[in-house]
Amino acid sequence: MQLITTLLAVTLGAGTSLLYATLGEIYTERSGILNLGVEGMMMMSALAAFSVSFYTGSLLLAVIVAMAVGAGLSLIHAFLSITMRANQVVSGLSITLFGTGLASYLGQRLGPASNGRNLAGMSAKSFSDISVPVLGDIPILAAFFNQDIMTLLLFIVVPAAWIFMFKTRSGLTLRAVGENPRTASAMGIPVAGIRYIYTAVGGMLVGLGGAHLTLGYTPGWSENVTGGRGWIVIALVIFAGWNPSRAIFGAVLFGGINAIQFRLQAAGTVIPASFLNMAPYIVTIIVLAVMTLLGRKRRGTYSPPSALGTSFAIEDK
Amino acid sequence: MRLVLEKRESRSRKVLLFVPIISFGVSLLLGAIVLAASGANPLKTYIYMARGAFGSWSGFTETLVKAIPLTLTGLGVSIAFRLRFWNIGAEGQFIWGAIGTSWVMIFWNFLPVQLLLPIGLLMGMITGAIWAGIPAIMKAGWGVDETLTTLMMNYIAILFAEYLYYGPWRDPEGFGFPGTRPFPREAWLPRIAGRAHWGLLIALIAALLLWFVLYRTKWGFEIKMIGLNKRAARVQGVNISRNIVLVLLVSGALSGLAGATEVTAIQHRLMKGIDMGYGFTAIIIAWMAQLNPIAVVFVAVVMGGILVGGDQIQMMMGLPASMGLVLQGLLLFPLLAGTIFSDYRLKAVVQEEVV
Repeated sequence: MQLITTLLAVTLGAGTSLLYATLGEIYTERSGILNLGVEGMMMMSALAAFSVSFYTGSLLLAVIVAMAVGAGLSLIHAFLSITMRANQVVSGLSITLFGTGLASYLGQRLGPASNGRNLAGMSAKSFSDISVPVLGDIPILAAFFNQDIMTLLLFIVVPAAWIFMFKTRSGLTLRAVGENPRTASAMGIPVAGIRYIYTAVGGMLVGLGGAHLTLGYTPGWSENVTGGRGWIVIALVIFAGWNPSRAIFGAVLFGGINAIQFRLQAAGTVIPASFLNMAPYIVTIIVLAVMTLLGRKRRGTYSPPSALGTSFAIEDK
Repeated sequence: MRLVLEKRESRSRKVLLFVPIISFGVSLLLGAIVLAASGANPLKTYIYMARGAFGSWSGFTETLVKAIPLTLTGLGVSIAFRLRFWNIGAEGQFIWGAIGTSWVMIFWNFLPVQLLLPIGLLMGMITGAIWAGIPAIMKAGWGVDETLTTLMMNYIAILFAEYLYYGPWRDPEGFGFPGTRPFPREAWLPRIAGRAHWGLLIALIAALLLWFVLYRTKWGFEIKMIGLNKRAARVQGVNISRNIVLVLLVSGALSGLAGATEVTAIQHRLMKGIDMGYGFTAIIIAWMAQLNPIAVVFVAVVMGGILVGGDQIQMMMGLPASMGLVLQGLLLFPLLAGTIFSDYRLKAVVQEEVV
């Protein structure tokens, strides 16, 4: 029982950053914009959050800056793919290449002189677990209610995201823009504006995911802190069928793989560490293949927004 | 007055030529902002970078050392991109090329030593091609998104190489060094000048061959048709699935060859640090070169120069070498923003439109 509670607690901790970023990418993709820059945005916001916390000691400020960095990078993507109608795949890739390069550079420049200006190896103020009274003492449930504030906030953020997307007028507008921008435009919806907004909103949520990596899940900065999580997020959006509530399962699945990995490594198994570390990437490929085959069978529930990845201009015929 | 975009009657070739050059200038300017903001002198940094990469013979040969794998991976990525198949797995295909070649070099000692190099390079191409073939088959057969599969397979390749050089392939006399034992000296790919090696010739031949195939053969025409319009190509009787797999085998073989030449000419063993990021720079190269194989060669030299320049400022000024990666990342922004002007022209509209 104790083991299950611990494993579950680690799973949720590891899944938090994935869940924030997945929610963000769902919003962006629902508006028709495919942003493959998540990895770079997560990396940069993870660095931003850590360095702000390191120098100011303010976690709130750190999170705000991380969101701003995520939004800022996503707006570059929005400008390139919406206004300049660039290829969205390449534009997103450029955000990732730039973000990971810049984070690596700044990580070796922003640190204190005593550490050779390097931020790696420094420690900063990070989130500590909050134990919710009563609920935090019940076995199993304790895993859910002994978490840091960012994980706990997800109990509100995920349902809110779902309600917004499927039960409000604004959510309907968002989905209309992603499904059929031409009709949406004819109805007087400013397609480009809506896409800008949700690309930025997505960027903020990805920024939160990045912040949780360096301030929550594994406090501290290292150059490969994201380790491909930004790409796993893109797969999780497909896994979730572009639905915020289903994103939970993906985050728990991959958080769980992380938790089991650590457990096995600590216990010392015969499986070499390299193979254990491959697990998330192999599972991503398998999940992707299964979802693609499922999506073919059951069109609708698991298929992407119709206009995903395409640019839209009124003057084009 | 307001600015509007007006569609051109035909694609402007002039714009396509100038946009990459202007982009290069803009990325230097943006990079200067990053440098200045992080407390470094931009002008001094750039001078050190340029001097390090092109200012001396030894620096230039180092630039070529990087340009060789960058050309080969750049070619590999661009042929896949021509099909609109987003192969971002060149890094993994490069690593598998290195693994395949190392396997021959270390374990095929039943072969006469003169045969090790050609067979080793061939094996690198085969393993690279297989690694690219897997996501190609998943895409052609089931429609599985290739950006994610190719990317995920990079991580798997890196971890597998790591398993080999830390584990079963580790040099027993290497004092715990994470690497295999060195390849037999007779099987090394010879060098021309400095560390620059005959892979240079291989890369140039590959570029010319690819140019010929793409622009002068029926297969090249089919690839172009698929890239422009899948549906039209299918109507014309082009087998798209088969082409995806074939093109990706070539793409993976080229990146695999890059990894193969790298281990046989530079490291002479499979060791830690084989994931050098060439496969990612290749994406920028392919796009800068607008998927033209000949242009890939020139862009690869410039990109090689940026990487050598990055190493140089680390040694001379104590600045992180990843400044080179920042500059490369910045290149794509103005390039992507500028491409629109090949299809559209900016026009100032003076009077208000009457609705």
